[in-house]
Amino acid sequence: MNEAGAGRDGSGAREPVAELSDVARVYHMGKNEVVALEDFSFTFRAGEYWSIMGSSGSGKSTLLNILGCIDRPTSGSYKVRGHEVSTLSDDELSDVRSRTLGFVFQSYNLIPQLDVLENILVPLFYQDDPPEDGEERARRIAARVGLADRLEHKPPELSGGQQQRVAIARALVNDPALILADEATGNLDSKTALEILDLFDELHAEGKTILIVTHEPSIGARAERTLRLKDGRIEDVIERRNGRGDSRGGPP
Amino acid sequence: MRLALARTIRLGVGSLMLHKLRSSLTTLGVLFGVSSVIAMLAIGEGASEEAQEQIRRLGSQNVILRSVKPPDEPSSGKETTRVLSYGLTVADLERVRETFPAVRRAVPLRQLQQEVRLGARALNPRVLATLPEYVDVTGRIIEEGRFFTAQDDKNVSNVCVLGYEVAHYLSPFESVLDKRVKIGSDYFTCIGVMLPRVPLGSNPPQPGADVTGEVFLPLETGRKWFGDMQVRIRSGSRDMEEVQLHEVIVDVDSAEHVPLVAAAAREMLAQQHKQQDYEVVVPLELLLNAERTKHIFNIVLGSIAGISLLVGGIGIMNVMLATVTERTREIGIRRALGAKRRHIIAQFLVETVVLSVGGGILGILLGLSIPLAVEHFAKMRTIVTPSAPLIAFGISAAIGVIFGLYPAWRAANMDPVEALRHE
Repeated sequence: MNEAGAGRDGSGAREPVAELSDVARVYHMGKNEVVALEDFSFTFRAGEYWSIMGSSGSGKSTLLNILGCIDRPTSGSYKVRGHEVSTLSDDELSDVRSRTLGFVFQSYNLIPQLDVLENILVPLFYQDDPPEDGEERARRIAARVGLADRLEHKPPELSGGQQQRVAIARALVNDPALILADEATGNLDSKTALEILDLFDELHAEGKTILIVTHEPSIGARAERTLRLKDGRIEDVIERRNGRGDSRGGPP
Repeated sequence: MRLALARTIRLGVGSLMLHKLRSSLTTLGVLFGVSSVIAMLAIGEGASEEAQEQIRRLGSQNVILRSVKPPDEPSSGKETTRVLSYGLTVADLERVRETFPAVRRAVPLRQLQQEVRLGARALNPRVLATLPEYVDVTGRIIEEGRFFTAQDDKNVSNVCVLGYEVAHYLSPFESVLDKRVKIGSDYFTCIGVMLPRVPLGSNPPQPGADVTGEVFLPLETGRKWFGDMQVRIRSGSRDMEEVQLHEVIVDVDSAEHVPLVAAAAREMLAQQHKQQDYEVVVPLELLLNAERTKHIFNIVLGSIAGISLLVGGIGIMNVMLATVTERTREIGIRRALGAKRRHIIAQFLVETVVLSVGGGILGILLGLSIPLAVEHFAKMRTIVTPSAPLIAFGISAAIGVIFGLYPAWRAANMDPVEALRHE
């Protein structure tokens, strides 16, 4: 299922989904400047399954926020499917999020007063021109992640694994170009975590582009490729074939 | 779009239902404010309607002069019989007619204490002796038959016109026309029946009920049979009263001249009468008094309404600010999933408006019951116009929007990254 040896740098490369070039993100804390990302250039392509790893403070959360269009780079360019988004207005960024991105959070982040089906539908609700078959699609995806008989339940009535499945279904409902998962198994016991990771594997097998942020090497190793960050820069890029690591070295 | 709004409203109601007690307490301010608005409008409307009705009864272009029994002087000795002479005189009437050019007509009324009887049924209505112009000046309506004419007065005919209540009490089942009615000790032919001043109630007067009707006689006929002397028997003493005219209705040519004529009449009567044995009633002044009453009620209830609406609005804003803080994470989630600022604003604004409109609807229900209580206990007329609940509803919706904007704006301007991190 993995991309064959042609590789990501080859001429037959897949379509770029998220392109970062010379991105920097600087926070101002009083008089101090904190550089969270610096000189960051990288391209994620369609169908790839990445894990992003690094110690805390390495900039992986900042990278995820920028990739998820809920934060903007201080400088540099970020293109989603070829469209520059670093200069978009707040409303336009919201549009990008509701149309092309799917989020999976560590603490599920479902809306407690909505039932499962309504939670899955939230991203479509905020589209200016929602698809006619949204609800049908949501039911199909719910069935896909194994929640067909839980549609009327409210999140507090579900187990952690089930809640995370709802969140994954919600991340899939708008058929996103990029699925971003932030420590998606961090709150789950190891057995449930494995089920969720299996689900990610299946989605990857179906051709989805997935990016998971994690600090657990065993989880990071399940992804086809791993991007290691340190101090806001790329430390290491690992490509695996059949589970074996293959270091490509540091940033250019 | 409509579907989206319906969803937003359903979502808002759902969020409010998570905190039922808090939500219902929050609506109290708007509830009392709105009910005060309704009560204010109803009482104000009732007061002005009452004034309008008095005008209708007394005539807006009329000035009414009335005889009033002066306060009792200290009893002189142990007399058991004395004659008290007071009130308006025929000379006053003539002066009014001749002195003021603005006066079109002046109609005298004498009130007699006589029993009225037909067969076995008897009662003590106001027996009024007056001139034929009475009907024109007061604008009253003859239901059947006719009012008496100048000819009747001149001939001193034994005719009478019965008020509607009296006619129906004396003869409930057949027309009273041409019947011979006994007034005092003499018989008078009934020639007409007059409708009451106020619109008829649905129920006809019941036999034995306290019927306070009117019976009209020609002025001269009254004078011939009953004289100027009234005898009133009190416990142990017989009071004789001599009153020439009990009332004079002055018909003025235009409403603008009414205050002038009233002032001039007051001055003239003050010169002619040694004691305050008369009063001058100006229906227009009654209207002004009613307007003043209405105004006071408006100020009192308006302040109550204003303060409770303000406090209610601030209360709602306070609760919404707390709600926004509580739901920071939800806001972050929604923003991350693609909600625009306006979506967040709409969500919280809808919640505030649902709160205030909910309070408003309860307030309308309470407000509609306050006028009933006022009518029952304070004996004031109240009228709830159809527009009052609509106005109240509009006010409560406006409160929701005004006091909801700031919390909604705060919610919409949260940084999604920060909001998602919020615990």
